[in-house]
Amino acid sequence: MKRIALLGMPNTGKSTLFNRMTGGAARVGNWPGITVELLNGKILLGADMVQIIDLPGIYDLHGFSDDEQVVRHFLHDNVPDLALVILNATQIERQISLLLQLKQLNLNIVVLLNMSDEAKKYGITIDSEKMATLLDVPIFQLSGKYGTGYQEALKAVTRALRYPTPGMAAEVRSQLEQDEQLEAEMAQVLKHSVQIPAQLPVNLTEKLDRVMLHPLLGLPIFFGIMYLLFQGIFLLGLPLQTGVADLLAWLRETALVPLLGGLPPFLHGLLLDGIYNGVATVAAFVPIIILFFVLMAIVEDSGYLSRAAFLMDALMAKMGLDGRGFVMLLMGFGCNVPALMGTRVMRSRAMRLLTMLVIPFSLCSARLQVFVFITAALFTARAAPLVLFSLYLFSFAAAILTALLFKSKFQNSEPFVLELPPYRFPTLRQMVLRGWLEVTHFLRRASQFIIAGVVLVWLLTHLPPSAAPASADSYAGILGGWLHPLFAPLGITPELTIALLFGFVAKEIVIGSLAVIYGMSGDALSGVLGQQLDWVQAYSFMLFTLVYTPCLSTIATLKSESKHNGFTLFSIVWSLTLAWLLSFAFYQGARALGY
Amino acid sequence: MPAITLDTLRAGDSATIVTIHAEAALHQRLLALGFRSGRQIELIRKASFSGPLQVRIGTTDILLRLAEAAKIKVCKT
Repeated sequence: MKRIALLGMPNTGKSTLFNRMTGGAARVGNWPGITVELLNGKILLGADMVQIIDLPGIYDLHGFSDDEQVVRHFLHDNVPDLALVILNATQIERQISLLLQLKQLNLNIVVLLNMSDEAKKYGITIDSEKMATLLDVPIFQLSGKYGTGYQEALKAVTRALRYPTPGMAAEVRSQLEQDEQLEAEMAQVLKHSVQIPAQLPVNLTEKLDRVMLHPLLGLPIFFGIMYLLFQGIFLLGLPLQTGVADLLAWLRETALVPLLGGLPPFLHGLLLDGIYNGVATVAAFVPIIILFFVLMAIVEDSGYLSRAAFLMDALMAKMGLDGRGFVMLLMGFGCNVPALMGTRVMRSRAMRLLTMLVIPFSLCSARLQVFVFITAALFTARAAPLVLFSLYLFSFAAAILTALLFKSKFQNSEPFVLELPPYRFPTLRQMVLRGWLEVTHFLRRASQFIIAGVVLVWLLTHLPPSAAPASADSYAGILGGWLHPLFAPLGITPELTIALLFGFVAKEIVIGSLAVIYGMSGDALSGVLGQQLDWVQAYSFMLFTLVYTPCLSTIATLKSESKHNGFTLFSIVWSLTLAWLLSFAFYQGARALGY
Repeated sequence: MPAITLDTLRAGDSATIVTIHAEAALHQRLLALGFRSGRQIELIRKASFSGPLQVRIGTTDILLRLAEAAKIKVCKT
C-alpha cells in the first residue's frame, strides 16, 4: 500500500486536514525507528487504498526537539511515497524554509497552502502558480476549515502518487551548513510570488488580546474561563453520567439478570457483579470524557491555551513547570485521565513527565463523591463546605510540593519559546471528530484495566466460598487484616482499609464497597460511619483518599503516555508515601493537640 | 545606536535583531520562528510578575521568557 506522510509546522491546521481526509477513522499505530505512536488512516484515492500518516508538527527538519527527531527518524526508516506538506499561508515567509528543507531530501512532494482565507484578511496575496514554477512542485491553496480547494488538491495528490519517489538522501542531518543557500533561495521565491503589507491591519485577535492578556484583568479572566469550564463539565456531564449509569442498571435488571439466571451462583455473580458492573463504571464515564474533550478542543484550537501559558508562566516557572502545565492541572479536577492525555501538547519530555507526576493530585470528580458522602456523615452542614474547601487546598499543596521536590530530577533543557496563533473558533465537525477519537482511545485503554480490577475485587470479597462476602474471613478481609498495622497509626479502621484497597481500582467503588462491607447503604451507612468514626479519623481517611493513586485508569494512562514502567511505578510509590505521611502527620498531630 | 538585549525593550518598542547568542537547539528554534539578524522585531507586551514577552516578527507572534530574550541582541529603531 502506498504511504502519504502529512508534514508541516505547528498551527498549520495539519491535524484538522488529517481528520477531514480520514473522516475520523484514524487509529494509533507504532512505526519502526520511533517510540511514539502516530495517527494514521486508510482512504481510497482514485482506484487504490492509500495510508495517510499524521506526523508531529515541526518547525525545522534539522532541529533537536523530540518531535523533530521523531519526524526525522520516521522519514529515515519509512520513506513515504508522497510528502503532503501543509504550510500556513499567513506565515508563508517563515514556513517556506521547511518546504525547502524537505525538497532537499528529494521526496515526492505536493504542497497545500492552508488558511488561505485568513491570509486574504491580512492582505497577503500569493501567486501559487508562479511559486509552483519557481519551486518545481505542485502547490494548491485551500482552507482546511471550510473545505475550499480540497477536491482539487486531492486530485493532485492522486496524480502525484502515480510516480515513484525519486529517492532520498540517507544522511538527513548533514545539511545544516546549507542554510545560507536556503535563505537565498527563500528570498528569491518570496520576492517574486508573495506580497505582504508592511504593517498588518489591527484585527480581531489584537483587540481580544488587549483584554484577555491585560496586565491586571488577564488573570481574573483566565480563572473565570476555567471556572465556567468546570461548571460546564459538572452541570452537563453529571446528569449524563447518572443517565448512562441508570440505563445500564436498567438493562442489567430487565435483560441480563433473567437471562443469566440459570447459571451457577458463583459464575452469575462474577459475570454480573464483577464484569458487567466494571464495564458499566467505565461506560458511565464516556459522556464526561466526550464533553471534556469537546470543551478542551475549543480552548486548545481557539488559541487560548497559549495565552493561558503566557499569563501563568511566571508562577509555574518557579515550580519547574510552564503555563500549559497549570491548565492541565486544572483540567485534572474534572478527571485525571484526559488531563494526563492533554500533556501531549508539551514538547519537552522532562517537563511532560513532571506535569504527569503532579496531575494525579488534582481532586477529581470521583474523589469528590467520596468526600461529599463522608463529610455529610461526619460534619455539620455548616462545617462541610469548609472541609471540602480545605481538601481542595491540600490537593494544590500536594501538587506544588511534588513539583518543587522533583523539579531538579526533571530538568528540561527546552527553553520556553512558543508561537502565539491568532484566535480561531473550531467548527462543529472538528469538535465532534475530536470527541469521538478520544473516546475510542479511552475505551480501548481503560476497559481491560477496569474489567481486570473489578473481577479481582469481586473474587477477593467472595473467596473462599465458605466465608461471608467481604467479611474478615474473605481474602479481602485477610488482606485488610495484614495491612491494618500500617493504617492503624493513621486512625484508619480495618473496614476503611479494605475500602482504600478497592479505591485503588477506582474511587467510585469506595462508597459502594463500604456498603458491601457494612451490609447497608445510604442513610443507614452514614449513621454507622458517624457512630464508628470521629472527625479526626474521617479527615485522615479523606486525606489518604485524596493523595494516593487515583484509580487504575490513571495508572494505565500514566503508563501508556509515559511509555515508561519505572516512571509509572515511581508515581504510584510517591503518591502512596505522601498520602501516608500526610495522614500520619494530621492524625497524630490532631490527637496530640487533644482532639 | 548601541546594541541592547531584547528583554530590556518596553511594550510598543520596535528594534532590529543584531545577533543571537544561544545554544544550538535554541538557535535552531529561533531561526525557524523567524529570528534572523537584520529582521524587524516588535515587543507587543510583557506578562506580569516578570513573565514571558510577546514579540512580533513579520506575521508571527511569539512568546518567550526573559532568559531567552536576554540572549538576543537588538538595536532600537
